[in-house]
Amino acid sequence: MKRNIPLLITAFSGLVLILAYFIPMTQSWGEVAAIWFDILASIAFILGGGNLIKLHARKMALRQAGWAYSAITLLAFALTLFIGLSKIGVSPNLQFPDMAWSGHYRESGAPFWWIYEYAFKPLTATTFSMLAFYIASAAFRAFRAKNLEAILLLGTAFIILLGRTFAGIILTSWLPDSLAGLRIENLTVEIMRVVNTAGSRAIMIGIALGVASTSLKVLLGVDRSYLGSGEE
Amino acid sequence: MYTFLKNLDRRWIFLLMFLAVAIPILFELQFPEHPTGLAQAVFDEIEALQPGDPVLLAFDYDPASEGELGPMATTFTYHCAKKGLKMYFMALWPVGAQMIDDNIAKVIKADFPELEYGKDYVNLGYKSGYEGVIKVIVTNLRGLYTTDSYGTSIDSIPMMEGVTDIRQMKLLVNVSAGYPGTTEWVQYAITPFSKDLRMVAGCTGITAPLLYPYIPNQLPGLLGAIKGAAEYEQLVMDAYGGEKVDQKYMKARQRMGPQLIAHLLIIGLIIVANILFFMEKRKGVVR
Repeated sequence: MKRNIPLLITAFSGLVLILAYFIPMTQSWGEVAAIWFDILASIAFILGGGNLIKLHARKMALRQAGWAYSAITLLAFALTLFIGLSKIGVSPNLQFPDMAWSGHYRESGAPFWWIYEYAFKPLTATTFSMLAFYIASAAFRAFRAKNLEAILLLGTAFIILLGRTFAGIILTSWLPDSLAGLRIENLTVEIMRVVNTAGSRAIMIGIALGVASTSLKVLLGVDRSYLGSGEE
Repeated sequence: MYTFLKNLDRRWIFLLMFLAVAIPILFELQFPEHPTGLAQAVFDEIEALQPGDPVLLAFDYDPASEGELGPMATTFTYHCAKKGLKMYFMALWPVGAQMIDDNIAKVIKADFPELEYGKDYVNLGYKSGYEGVIKVIVTNLRGLYTTDSYGTSIDSIPMMEGVTDIRQMKLLVNVSAGYPGTTEWVQYAITPFSKDLRMVAGCTGITAPLLYPYIPNQLPGLLGAIKGAAEYEQLVMDAYGGEKVDQKYMKARQRMGPQLIAHLLIIGLIIVANILFFMEKRKGVVR
């Protein structure tokens, strides 16, 4: 039962979505299935939150390595959730001044806004910015012209790196118009338009075939890995 | 020198990268932009619209990629406001709603105070469901959206009157940092309804190569990373900016300075590393 009902729901929903795509009169069925999916996606946030609490609480209870980070994560999660849900510091909506909770949780100046503006925003931006440092370090340590493939990759990388800046224009602006195609900025466009597009299309077609085949297996109940192992 | 470079501590590289980014920012190093065909195509698509035409602006990114995508979102909003288009904002990323708030405050409320919420622009906010949201709103917007981002019923919003699905939009503008984003909009909105919908997009540098296969049929124009944003910014400001352009509409071009120096640094580091590699190879240290 625990496995058969999810299998039936999956097969039925998948079938409805396929029918809705090919038969216009069943389009509204597809819409209903998709709306249900969107509602379930919202509920997944609750499951995600529950899972986060479970994992980090276990880590803290067992005093595993880095348990202090888990404590910070849980504290931040609880604080943000509480402030957001209780709409602390949010003024009531002008249309409903008597209703304390009618204001919007993202209201400028409210504590939730403060958390977003002065904690979440700088922290995520900083984490992403770190990439520049690690990319530079990795490029120095790993990018070697060891063979023909590596040399081609290196040459392409140089053209793209230069072509995405003003340096590309300065370096080859002296080339006559008859050789304009060899200017770095134009080479960059051609590499992206021809070489990259050809490679990407091949990968996309491969992925699409794989997705179609896997989806069919899921719909027919052959692939049941998405249901988990069944063990707690 | 050889030994120093061979055993170079990565903290030296971090310091060099810090200087490569910080110095151009401090000295406001800026270069002229020469728009490429894709940026021109994005500009032309919006230019071809008439005042009052509805445009869907889907801002699918978060603060992590704000540095790369924020300037293009700002310029898109400015361009649409200048053209007098009706702007419908929405997001498939949870923090996308805040990105929309930022742009409304920074561009519309600050520079276009005559535009009225609900009549000239509306913020539909974030909806969970990834591509599932696109799949629904492309044929039935009201099936998912009953209120705007602030909880106001969409039936009481004047510009939502008669809007039943997003195929009524004259153009779809997407700013995307990944999944869900431009790929999903192309696959679930543009491809099945290519006769009804047109779309232009701006994306991060890492996702741009994956979107080239959709050009030009499904995606007539694409702004790739900060370079694409700078080109588009130049085009919009040349057309509408006047003589004195506000600093907030120069962000993409300002960020091209640090990008130039950082790219040159990376190229320099790779060259130095390869010189060391070939020296070692000659000595027989590596094969």
